[in-house]
Amino acid sequence: MRLKEKRTDEPFRQLNGSSLLKGYQFAFIDEGAKQEIRRKILKAVSIPGYQVPFGSRELPIARGWGTGGIQITLSLIGHEDILKVIDQGCDESVNAINIKRFIIAVTGVPTTQDTIEATIIQTRHRIPEEPMKEGQILVLQVPLPEALRVVEPSEMETRRMHAEADYSKMWVYLYEDIVRFGEISIGARYPVVVNDRHIMDPSPIPRWDIPKLDRAEALFLFCAGREKRIYAVPPHTSVKPLEFEDFKFRVEDFKGAVCSRCGRVNTFLDEILHEETGEKVYLCSDSSYCEKGLLEQRRPNPQDPEQDRRDIHATFPHSNG
Amino acid sequence: MRPSPILTVKGLTKTFGRGCPQCLTVTGPERETNVCCNCGSIVACAGVSVEVYPGEIVGIVGESGSGKSTIVRILHFDMEPDAGEMYFNLRGTTPKANEKEKDIGPATTNQMPLMEGKNLFGLSSYQKRQIRNGYMGIVYQHPHLGLRMDVSSGGNVAEKLVMANWRSIAQIRQRASSLLKKMEVPSERMDEPPKNFSGGMQQRVQIAKALSNQPLILLLDEVTSGLDVSVQARVLDLIRNLQQELHLAMLVISHDLGVIRLLSQRTMVMKFGRVVEAGLTDQVLEDPQHPYTQMLVSSQL
Repeated sequence: MRLKEKRTDEPFRQLNGSSLLKGYQFAFIDEGAKQEIRRKILKAVSIPGYQVPFGSRELPIARGWGTGGIQITLSLIGHEDILKVIDQGCDESVNAINIKRFIIAVTGVPTTQDTIEATIIQTRHRIPEEPMKEGQILVLQVPLPEALRVVEPSEMETRRMHAEADYSKMWVYLYEDIVRFGEISIGARYPVVVNDRHIMDPSPIPRWDIPKLDRAEALFLFCAGREKRIYAVPPHTSVKPLEFEDFKFRVEDFKGAVCSRCGRVNTFLDEILHEETGEKVYLCSDSSYCEKGLLEQRRPNPQDPEQDRRDIHATFPHSNG
Repeated sequence: MRPSPILTVKGLTKTFGRGCPQCLTVTGPERETNVCCNCGSIVACAGVSVEVYPGEIVGIVGESGSGKSTIVRILHFDMEPDAGEMYFNLRGTTPKANEKEKDIGPATTNQMPLMEGKNLFGLSSYQKRQIRNGYMGIVYQHPHLGLRMDVSSGGNVAEKLVMANWRSIAQIRQRASSLLKKMEVPSERMDEPPKNFSGGMQQRVQIAKALSNQPLILLLDEVTSGLDVSVQARVLDLIRNLQQELHLAMLVISHDLGVIRLLSQRTMVMKFGRVVEAGLTDQVLEDPQHPYTQMLVSSQL
């Protein structure tokens, strides 16, 4: 089942193809810089979980607003790519839209809201619910790349700790957490061990998304533009959350909660207050997955692929030709 | 058969400063200085060799600035020596996980092949860390060097255990509380940070932390110097009991001859970075040969 870009994405249609920004390099960054970033990505892929410093370039967006992710996307994207950008799981939030518009303006690549269809997905704070496949790349925006920063303020010292695999301070931090609160109290940014070697900050994704990193088929690239670090989790790499034998890692508990839109119970849900009733309601955080759920329900005959196609066209008329 | 030493240190030399070829010849007890007159470098220790046998306590005594602490720091890999060798010999020692502790598993992974017959100073910092975690314990003069004051006492002990791949909170807490109890720290207070404790109690937490990985050798750097006399006596008593109970090898650094007399079987006397006299503690203290040792002994209160 496929989702096409919604018709409401009017600006993208105008920009696609012929209406590229004039006077700029394809994908904005100069080729030398792209090469450097690609080299650093290669190094990051070769040493899973290791933070590779890179020369973060200036972009027409302030540092801390996704410049890391944008630089990765821009240095990898080509004419044959299909782009999806999400912010906290949502395709249509202001940040996602702006980043998408910028990338389209400088590349002209087609966009999509469909996780399966995209070749490059840039995201902030979520991993899509639908499992990604081989050949797809998820680019994660990272605010604070150093997982050990909570226990060690010095960069020199954290680098030494990574080099010597001296992670006792992090473990003691978790121990103290358990002693104080009876459980590990970390919400987002849950530290993980990559490839049984490096402790890595998975960016502020919820705990719900951590298991999706483990032995995945897609390539995960992390980049912090302000902190100038690139790191990666290559496909089929083990990613384990830090946990104790008797205090296991666990994901968020949505027991009893249902998405009020698509009716799913097995997704990461946002809790919102209903505008009129003031009641607590839940919505899928992954907006395109929620959309697909809705479509599926509307289909009279789930077995008929033709019906499937007609459905999509009825709901989302084509945008990109 | 004569047992072989568990720790062998040869020709340990450390100079602070630029250093020049004359540094070692123009300093020392004969020259009455450890500052090189040519380049101004300070020779903290030169040509120091020590052997520690299983279950033995070796004392190093000397005045402030004689290089005692530098030696401990180097042996604990806290700093690099200019020259010198260090070997561990595990043959002839009892296996680490003794029967009593077996139910909660061995404290360390076996690093034996890593260090067999190798100069430990030549290893990578990662390997040094493994050895330090697996086989050494250290107690500093100032508890804040060995403890993290804002982390609970139990957490301090746990730090060494998690490094040795302990991954069960229940087992870690059981081990930490039994160690702290042994050190006369009430186990109700194990979740309190050491900064709430008195100096003597902090020192005992530090010893508990040093012992948590069942070390083969314990380095004690002026452990009782900051404590008042009655607390001193209790800590010393504790260390003696430990030595008898666990058959631990220890290297005790002190400027206090009383501490050395009470604890160690063999003693080395240091001055200006050199060993001026070494031998059985009784012999050195009852019949000192070197003028400096004579002065030390006679100036005891």
